[in-house]
Amino acid sequence: MSEHEYVPKSKAAKWFNDRLPLLTLGAHLTDYPTPKNLNYWWTFGGILTFCLITQIVTGIVLAMHYVAHADLAFASVEHIMRDVNYGWLIRYIHSNGASMFFLAVYIHIFRSLFYGSYKSPREVIWIIGLMIYLLMMAAAFMGYVLPWGQMSFWGATVITNLFSAIPLVGDSITTWLWGAYSVDNPTLNRFFSLHYLIPFLILGLVVLHIWALHVPGNNNPVGIDIKKPSKDTVPFHPYITIKDAFALLVFMIIFAGFVFFTPNVLGHSDNYIPANPLVTPAHIVPEWYLLPFYAILRSVPDKLGGVILMFSAIFILFVLPWLDTSKVRSAVFRPIYRQFFWILVIDVLMLGYVGAMPAEGIYLVLARVGTIYYFLHFIVVMPVVGYLEKTDPIPMSISEPVLTGGAEPSLARKVNDKV
Amino acid sequence: MIKSNIKLLVLSFLLIISLRPLQSAEMVDPIKVDWSFKGLTGTFDRASLQRGFQVYKEVCASCHSMQYLSYRNLGEPGGPEFSEQEVKAIAASFEIEDGPDSQGEMFTRPGKPSDKFKSPYPNVQAATAANGGAYPPDMSVLVKARKGGANYIYSVLVGYEDPPPGVTLDDGVYYNKYMAGNKIKMPNNLMDGLVEYADGTESTVDQMAKDVTTFLAWAAEPELEERHKTGVKVIIYLVLLTILVYLSMKKIWSRIDSEV
Repeated sequence: MSEHEYVPKSKAAKWFNDRLPLLTLGAHLTDYPTPKNLNYWWTFGGILTFCLITQIVTGIVLAMHYVAHADLAFASVEHIMRDVNYGWLIRYIHSNGASMFFLAVYIHIFRSLFYGSYKSPREVIWIIGLMIYLLMMAAAFMGYVLPWGQMSFWGATVITNLFSAIPLVGDSITTWLWGAYSVDNPTLNRFFSLHYLIPFLILGLVVLHIWALHVPGNNNPVGIDIKKPSKDTVPFHPYITIKDAFALLVFMIIFAGFVFFTPNVLGHSDNYIPANPLVTPAHIVPEWYLLPFYAILRSVPDKLGGVILMFSAIFILFVLPWLDTSKVRSAVFRPIYRQFFWILVIDVLMLGYVGAMPAEGIYLVLARVGTIYYFLHFIVVMPVVGYLEKTDPIPMSISEPVLTGGAEPSLARKVNDKV
Repeated sequence: MIKSNIKLLVLSFLLIISLRPLQSAEMVDPIKVDWSFKGLTGTFDRASLQRGFQVYKEVCASCHSMQYLSYRNLGEPGGPEFSEQEVKAIAASFEIEDGPDSQGEMFTRPGKPSDKFKSPYPNVQAATAANGGAYPPDMSVLVKARKGGANYIYSVLVGYEDPPPGVTLDDGVYYNKYMAGNKIKMPNNLMDGLVEYADGTESTVDQMAKDVTTFLAWAAEPELEERHKTGVKVIIYLVLLTILVYLSMKKIWSRIDSEV
């Protein structure tokens, strides 16, 4: 991306760089031209990288003390909390880190939805991102099973039982997943193994995600292509690094607030009761970040239908770049779509809320309405609004927000305010 | 436009979090106690922890285990902080099974500070059988394992009442206002003057319930004081660093004709 070829200064560095151009890569990453109008919603990529590294580092330390056995797992977690030096800190960072990771990823995804970052030419970045998100959910679910508390056990039972809805082979598949005839020690063992594996798969996909990003470059709040690199962009370092660092620190303050002052508020108290296959908890609820999908699952009276709908809710996002028919990327210039975007945000939050409630009465009605709207948004609203909507005038370039279409100059000011 | 929407979002999120406790609306809300360990700088009341241990040892321990605690924990900072001598004496007052010895025999010996708390029953089945089919839960993390935490435990301890008319109870089942379903198999074990506190505090039911709940809160979160102390330092450090980075950012971006 840099305009001139990077040449290392010392002879040794040049010798090495000719054989493995790591220094060229480093130079590319520092010089990488980034739109200068990125707002703070763009800092979550860096924050997510921090979350992943934090989870991997704390996870590796926890794995040194954790015992993946149905009879010992719960006690080994208490051993970490009580006897391992700063074990409580490492475990609380890891368990709250999962929540912070999802908080950041949801902001990251909705930012992409608002500013049209999934659209051409960035479809592959979007799809890799969704694969990361899927793996994150798998990793988080399996991680929640490891302490072998009541919610671990029964959450695992509910989720693995979903596969029994598959016609004909469902039961066989479920037994195969369990490695037993119910969720038991073999299940715990394989979940631990996979929980350790998945973060490294995510790490690999993150590299691809960033690589794919560096081909077209960042989208930006105005959603238009870079016209004059010298005027519209800044080098990644120091401009974006310092801004990412500032946003990351603010994020870390919130993170630390959870870890040190309310470390269990995002978890469920039942998970401090050791797993007991003979006692079913009154309400089995997943962690908060999976609740919207749980609500969709339970909104369908038929088990197979619920499972299909739940997976569709995620997989529909993969074809989003082709469902959106608008030529304009940023919702800043899309007055109609912008309203629907916020309705979707509220819809997903509502689904999350009813996902935590018993599936009955008003909650079931809300879950059904929310589910229907969720799909309508992607299947109907996005294609139709894209065709019908009259978008606002778009600036010529990032540095010169002169408008096309002969609109009055005051609009340029308005655009800057919005951005 | 965007800003007001964000406000709306934050509000809805707070609403969601605040509504979650509604899940169990069939129970009476636990009594709110102003615990000393609440809040950002909360610490345990040392004297209350020591009294609470006495209540646990003399009343609760005949049925409830606390298998994840060791006697040495009683002397560690942030806990009841009994002296080394006291901890040794407490541990030695229990007969612990050990072995096998070189002859392959199990034997008993006086407890050491490194031993785990001795459980009243050899296993869950024995505990269940001896208590009318209801397992007295292990109390090591009980405060974290119940919604409402310390408030809930305290409320159950003081929440025994005669059943309202129309409610009939089986033998060995008691009525408790705060218990889920209002039926509990643990009898009301606390009565005024039950234990004789070493520090002369009057042992009312309320006092004993508060003391033993404080003790259980510590048992569930022995790291609480250190966590609070470290947390305050970490947040102060992060805030200062954030300010410095913010100022650096402003300075760096002032070279560009764009706002950060």
